[in-house]
Amino acid sequence: MLKITNLQKTFNPGTVNEKTALYGLDLHLKDGDFATVIGGNGAGKSTMLNAIAGVWKPDFGTIEIDGVDVTQMPEYRRAKFLGRVFQDPMQGTAPDMEIAENLAIAARRGTKRRFVWGVRKEERIRYRELLATLELGLEDRLSGKVGLLSGGQRQAVTLLMATLHRPKLLLLDEHTAALDPKTAAKVLEITDQIVHKNKLTTLMITHNMKEAIAHGNRLIMMHGGRIVVDVSGDEKKNLTIEQLLNLFTQASDGAVDDRMVLS
Amino acid sequence: MPFIYALPGAVAEGLIWGLMGIGVYLSFKILDIADMTVDGSIVTGACICAVLLANGFPIWLSVVAAFIAGACAGFVAGLLHTAFGIPSILAGILTQLMLYSVNLSILGGKSLVAINPRTNNLLVHMSNNPRSIIVMGIFVAATIIMLWLFFYTEIGLTIKSTGDNPHMSRAQGVNVKLNQVLGLAISNGIVALAGAMLAQYKGSANINDGRGAIVIGLAAIFIGLSVSLRIKPNFVVSMIGVVGGGIVYYIVYNFVILLGLKTEFLKMLSAIIVAVFLAVPYLKKEHFTKQRNLRSNKTKIRIGGEKNA
Ligand SMILES: Nc1ncnc2c1ncn2[C@@H]1O[C@H](COP(=O)(O)OP(=O)(O)OP(=O)(O)O)[C@@H](O)[C@H]1O
Ligand SMILES: [Mg+2]
Repeated sequence: MLKITNLQKTFNPGTVNEKTALYGLDLHLKDGDFATVIGGNGAGKSTMLNAIAGVWKPDFGTIEIDGVDVTQMPEYRRAKFLGRVFQDPMQGTAPDMEIAENLAIAARRGTKRRFVWGVRKEERIRYRELLATLELGLEDRLSGKVGLLSGGQRQAVTLLMATLHRPKLLLLDEHTAALDPKTAAKVLEITDQIVHKNKLTTLMITHNMKEAIAHGNRLIMMHGGRIVVDVSGDEKKNLTIEQLLNLFTQASDGAVDDRMVLS
Repeated sequence: MPFIYALPGAVAEGLIWGLMGIGVYLSFKILDIADMTVDGSIVTGACICAVLLANGFPIWLSVVAAFIAGACAGFVAGLLHTAFGIPSILAGILTQLMLYSVNLSILGGKSLVAINPRTNNLLVHMSNNPRSIIVMGIFVAATIIMLWLFFYTEIGLTIKSTGDNPHMSRAQGVNVKLNQVLGLAISNGIVALAGAMLAQYKGSANINDGRGAIVIGLAAIFIGLSVSLRIKPNFVVSMIGVVGGGIVYYIVYNFVILLGLKTEFLKMLSAIIVAVFLAVPYLKKEHFTKQRNLRSNKTKIRIGGEKNA
């Protein structure tokens, strides 16, 4: 479903701030893979997701989604393959617009926008049902501004937006990191539901090792712009935090990150 | 009593500037771009209208041509910004300067072209204020209704989201650059339309009429929104507020002239009005955050303040 080959990205080349964030990265995700991604600060996790989303072009290497080479495709055109939720709850929604309007814009991702009614009646009924499944009381606030929602509610709506039009690949960049623990757990639970129900191929970045082990069928660890650990199946299922820490210490030459240890 | 006599004229001219304010609202409030092109495109509208009328073209054609010319100006500004990466403020200033040359050449090198209200069947003119008010009222209402419907369409929704959150828009497959160009074209088309009405109303197109036009448009927006957002923060009420703001602006303007303020200070007055409206929400917010000891946690302050409400 996703095939990244020898991907390289250097920021600010030729300056003192030169930083190679992706170092000949290779990654192959099969259809239905749900991979959690961990790694220390600056390991290149967000950079990898941004490269897939097309925020900028890589220096070299290729990215294929479902057999289509998207390496040179602009961000807005690639969006039809992708669903994205960001760390910052403010990033994923238009605050001054209604919940229904946000959902309607997302539902038309990948289609040509036309000169016809932007939110149809029957859509509202569907959105109401979908919002009800979140169990956040949003089903009665279809016409309310998204800007009035809490961070967790906004992330849940963004998650819905990302998956309304079934994406070939779901990209989650620490989408629960800005939320309080209870809300984070709720959003994570919703994530699991949606991913399993739609059998979505997913990349989920997290700083929480327990989460990384508990979710998905595959675990990827990044360091220095490369993938250094890639486990799946039973090996992943039976992984302990201790083993993971050991793997991490080996891979990163002892440079353990504080944020990683916090379960 | 001279003030009462000036009132109908102030309302008519205020409606014209209110229409202009609607155009500025599209760029400034909806696209979140301070578009300086309008100082030029309002004159382009006036020039096209005056010159076409002088050459015997019918009034409707002249007005439609003004709209199209303004839209082209917005298109150029949008292209400079999106395709060539020029910051939007600068793209507007550059386009405005280009338009100065364009406008001069439309006027055939003269700085003023007069329109004869007797030989032309004008839609509005200061010799007939009641008619001008009715015609402008219809124009303004039609514009508001069309925009209101437009912003409920698929395309309209993505133009709103482009200004509201470009990041989210791109992630949802919206061509943000195209929408900015489209939005600026519509905005400047409306501004040029207001310019065409202004030329008819005053009976002339003057190369210098656009100086500070954006400031008057912003004044109309701020005066209007300061009231309408308290009533109901939806599109139609905001639009009516903007038009009302234009009218209030011209009533105050006429009042100040009657009080004997020298005309050379009028632009200063306009700028001060806008500066105050921009400063007040900022100062309020600063004061508010200081009180709460949250100074380190600086939030991005949006102009007008209501977007983050
Ligand atoms: N737009 C950018 N411009 C310059 N440097 C960047 C940019 N984006 C990322 N970097 C750099 O690339 C490196 C990798 O950053 P990235 O954001 O991918 O890390 P990460 O693994 O997501 O870390 P974190 O856990 O802190 O989110 C960092 O050194 C960062 O400073
Ligand atoms: Mg990151």
